[in-house]
Amino acid sequence: MAASRLIDRRMGIFLAGLFVLTVAVPVGNLWIAGQPVPTYLVALIGKYLCYALLAVALDLVWGYCGILSLGHGAFFALGGYAMGMYLMREIGARGVYANPVLPDFMVFIGWKHLPWYWLGFDHFWLAAIMVVAVPGALAFVFGWFAFRSRVTGVYLSIITQAMTYALMLAFFRNEMGFGGNNGLTDFKDILGFDLASHETKVGLMMLSAVALAAGLLLARWITTSRLGKVLVCLRDAESRTRFLGYRVEHYKLFIFTVSAMMAGVAGALYVPQVGIINPSEFSTANSIEIVIWVALGGRGTLVGAALGAILVAGAKTLLTGWFPELWLFALGALFVLVTIALPNGVLGALEGGIGRLRRGTPTREAEA
Amino acid sequence: MSQQPHMIGGLPPEAQPQLYLDGVSRAFDGFKAINNLSLVIERGELRAVIGPNGAGKTTMMDIITGKTRPDTGQVLWEQSVDLTMLDEADTAQLGIGRKFQKPTVFENHTVEDNLALALKGDRSPFAALFYRAAAKEAARIDELLGIIRLGDLRRRIAGSLSHGQKQWLEIGMLLAQDPQLLLVDEPAAGMTDAETMLTADLLKSIAGARSVIVVEHDMDFVRALDCKVTVLHQGSVLAEGRLDAVSAMPEVIEVYLGR
Repeated sequence: MAASRLIDRRMGIFLAGLFVLTVAVPVGNLWIAGQPVPTYLVALIGKYLCYALLAVALDLVWGYCGILSLGHGAFFALGGYAMGMYLMREIGARGVYANPVLPDFMVFIGWKHLPWYWLGFDHFWLAAIMVVAVPGALAFVFGWFAFRSRVTGVYLSIITQAMTYALMLAFFRNEMGFGGNNGLTDFKDILGFDLASHETKVGLMMLSAVALAAGLLLARWITTSRLGKVLVCLRDAESRTRFLGYRVEHYKLFIFTVSAMMAGVAGALYVPQVGIINPSEFSTANSIEIVIWVALGGRGTLVGAALGAILVAGAKTLLTGWFPELWLFALGALFVLVTIALPNGVLGALEGGIGRLRRGTPTREAEA
Repeated sequence: MSQQPHMIGGLPPEAQPQLYLDGVSRAFDGFKAINNLSLVIERGELRAVIGPNGAGKTTMMDIITGKTRPDTGQVLWEQSVDLTMLDEADTAQLGIGRKFQKPTVFENHTVEDNLALALKGDRSPFAALFYRAAAKEAARIDELLGIIRLGDLRRRIAGSLSHGQKQWLEIGMLLAQDPQLLLVDEPAAGMTDAETMLTADLLKSIAGARSVIVVEHDMDFVRALDCKVTVLHQGSVLAEGRLDAVSAMPEVIEVYLGR
């Protein structure tokens, strides 16, 4: 019963595909002679899976609740920074300056003591809590003021964009104590596992797949609950929902905070796989790209959002390799094309196509 | 401040008015949408509010439901609750239901779900997250579907209903809320004559157990409601009484038939 509510057909197919990937990639990388899956590809797939989780987080607020956040990159980056801080402390005395407590960049700018907000980040558990707590707290405070003041639509989008931009400027400053424009990097290991080893990279990629599956199921559980139905109500008819007695701002605050936490987890898994986190992750273009993933994959479908992230990120890797200067044009063209030709995204087009083939009629079924 | 409630404070609770507006004014950029409006709605009363465009009917409903705060004046619910301090969700939970002029239902949900989401109950996000459907609620939904005559369409997506069916569904959602007072904004707009008469009957049958305020332009519909009528003009009450008496008053005729 509960399984059928959580796992419909598209979710089942996606999770099955994800499972095959998590088995095939490690086998291909670690156990088959000649290594048909090179290690760089493992890290790349892991990175895409983190993007997919981030896209699912955005789809929760945008697809189901109509909150077009143009600042979700900020929550992703904050989760990444929390993980990065742990990884920096984990370096210990192996840094260039061999300071057992202070990260290299702090020694470099002449700091003598660890700032208070870095205390305790040598413990993985604390970092793991902060990965969700910091983005969650920011989303809660931001949402509290924004939703209570009934800021909606394009105005809300603009202030989310301003939020991530302000954070980018702040994190660029050396005095913030997060490594300025270089960010945090030169990580050595995580929980004692060498980050450069094949095994660790495979492990992180598998972990990302598990996190994506868990995020999808959590999102599905929320959206199929009554709360999910109320979210759709306030997306489609906000004042009707209010006049029925629902505190619209509480619902928005709940889903916005959950979504930010999910984005934080995605960022935390992303950082050890790419080996760096710097303020460019807060850039407004990054946040807009997330919106494109979701729109392209299929807004309000969860699975479509994840698929969109993987497709666009994959295309970006290929295209920036072949024609680096053309990528932004391609991205723009893709967005315009999808908006015009595939209003329900790639997933909607795929399912529509399969449905037509099944019925053998070329006409589109409007009611379903 | 306290003189007005004192005036009627000596009455037994069942004789106290459901809703009490006294000296309410509200201006938008200098324009007085509501100007020293006073209105008393008894428990179980059916009241029609008529008036030309811009008479302040919608602003009046906005003030009662907490959407708009008045600049001055008193709005009391059951002689005890100050409605000017509450917002839409508060007044809805208190027992005030509001039907919009343009039928507004949740177009992406089924007819059944529309009613289920409107049923009286805990409105907090966490209650909604862990909500399980109860048999008692299913029975209530069946009953409501019977009243609004949409039983056969219960699994249809509400967006695919006709205009009249949406009006009825929205009325059903209000009933599901189990309000003490219903504010109904032009329910007959866009309905056929037969639907209009059915709607008048429905509203009459609802009144009694609940108070109902109907804002309407259609005089045939108001006549069919057969109740006390309040005429609003320039934000205050111009006349009050039976429709025949009111419509014979020269000042009402002047407002309605033009100067």
